[in-house]
Amino acid sequence: MSEVITPSRTRRWRGGLTASASQLGVLAACVLLWQLATVGVQSPFFPTPVRIITEMWQLWFSGGLGTLFLTEAAFEDVLPSVGRLLLGWLLAALVGIVLGMLLGRSGNALAYVGPLLSFARSIPPPALLPVFMVLFSIGFTLQLVTITFGCLWPVLLNSADGARSVDPVKAETARAFGISRAHWFVSVVLPAALPKIFAGLRISLSLALIMMVISELVGASNGLGHAMMLARDQFDYERLWAGIVLLGILGYLLNTALSAVERGVLRAVPR
Amino acid sequence: MPSMLEVSELTHTYPGQQAHTAIGGVSFEVTAGQLTCIVGPSGCGKSTLLRCIASLVTPTAGQVRLRGQPVRGVPEDLAVVFQDYGRSLFPWMSVRGNVEFPLRSRSVPRARRRELALSTLERVGLSGAEDKYPWQLSGGMQQRVAIARALACEPALLLMDEPFASVDAQTRFELEDLLLRVRAEQDTTILLVTHDIDESVYLGDRVLVLSKSPATVLADVAVELGQQRDQISTRESELFVRLRGEIARTLRNAPQNRGEGDHDEAGEDEEPGEVDSSGEDRADEPALAGSDSTGSERGSTE
Ligand SMILES: Nc1ncnc2c1ncn2[C@@H]1O[C@H](COP(=O)(O)OP(=O)(O)O)[C@@H](O)[C@H]1O
Ligand SMILES: [Mg+2]
Repeated sequence: MSEVITPSRTRRWRGGLTASASQLGVLAACVLLWQLATVGVQSPFFPTPVRIITEMWQLWFSGGLGTLFLTEAAFEDVLPSVGRLLLGWLLAALVGIVLGMLLGRSGNALAYVGPLLSFARSIPPPALLPVFMVLFSIGFTLQLVTITFGCLWPVLLNSADGARSVDPVKAETARAFGISRAHWFVSVVLPAALPKIFAGLRISLSLALIMMVISELVGASNGLGHAMMLARDQFDYERLWAGIVLLGILGYLLNTALSAVERGVLRAVPR
Repeated sequence: MPSMLEVSELTHTYPGQQAHTAIGGVSFEVTAGQLTCIVGPSGCGKSTLLRCIASLVTPTAGQVRLRGQPVRGVPEDLAVVFQDYGRSLFPWMSVRGNVEFPLRSRSVPRARRRELALSTLERVGLSGAEDKYPWQLSGGMQQRVAIARALACEPALLLMDEPFASVDAQTRFELEDLLLRVRAEQDTTILLVTHDIDESVYLGDRVLVLSKSPATVLADVAVELGQQRDQISTRESELFVRLRGEIARTLRNAPQNRGEGDHDEAGEDEEPGEVDSSGEDRADEPALAGSDSTGSERGSTE
């Protein structure tokens, strides 16, 4: 009578392996081309990938075992940036998910503030940086507010959207059984909205990286953006490029980590 | 027997440009412990009636009283089994999680919750499935979970909206007997909606026959088939055959309500709306043909 559905994971897994192998091949080919091109051009503005990677190594990752190979410069440049990025993003996620779910389930409220939200989302977050610079003195608060503000809207709007999409039969079931408000939000609305919430979180995470760099380019005494500005002022193009590549790697790693979390959560919360 | 549910002059009109009156003044009373079946054609307003009783919808007019008290807001000692079991269970909760969910909001302590869930699951024949997820179960088993969830609340009144309409005939028989068994054990008052005349007679102590939209009560038929019922012999019994004929005839001869442009079958010699209880053997009428074992052609109001 019962039929247990077990999706075949092995095939997808093997497919994933071959895919990532060929992806690595393409990446390697591109780096090789880049190397050849930069060796050929011999421009000080375009150091070779090998030089860039060596520079990154020497700058940030040649520390001792005690500091997990991180150098003192890494503690100055990389960690504060990552810390602010994650803090700002998590803050935006918390506020966005809670507010978004409440808005999504209160039909009228969303209708009233909907245009306002669309407007707020449409403002390119960097445009508000000058305002924030007036409001908050240059430093930690400014960076955090900039990142959080930039990250908030995609999470909020996606959470509202996800919360609104709760199956009406499930909503009626919850009402019929007198499910309390807290249980309704945590055990029905949140699981139903999770895929949308994660979509919002993913957009926000890439925005967080952008806002982190921008806020540090403008006003910071440490962090990657600050280090890159210094490198430019000192005509140290290898360090500038090291920063760019590290930002790319950072974005890739963050996105991969979030995807892993998303897969794990969605598997633990089936639908 | 004390009165459990009193519905008086209940009327509901869905608002909108094409305002639709789904229930047109329904009154009836249910005594405690009774299993009342409500039978009526699809779209006649059966679900709307249950929603009004459960306060999921505020009726346009009329009153619902539960144990003599006017109902305001969803009553606590009420549970519902929906037709659409697939959508009414929560796929991210295990079977046990689904059954325990309403109890959590009722502040039942964890240990007691677990005990209630497991014993109820055992009663509906789902021992061993408590850690599965609803989507790992067949339709019939999913509906058993929904029934267990409702029973675990130990409701004073259990509302069931076409609970067995979406399962195959064999499973339906099993679930019908499960309901009768559980009901004998738990002594719950049950209001069950169906569009299947045979099912209403087989399950009910009493059958309320509803007209086409807007629903009104056409007849209130007592079913004196006793507590012990059997899927084969009960359905063959003379009383069963007579009752289903009576109900089918009531539905067919009902006056056509305004609104729905339905093909007219009026013109019979009987008074419109009157229940034919002559007991004549007319069980070979077209609408009633085929009480065969496949159940595919059972007297249906659809
Ligand atoms: N939310 C709604 N808004 C407007 N009309 C509705 C709504 N729900 C049901 N109806 C209409 O009310 C009538 C009765 O519906 P329903 O109670 O679901 O019937 P049944 O359960 O007997 O099949 C139908 O004609 C249906 O189209
Ligand atoms: Mg219905």
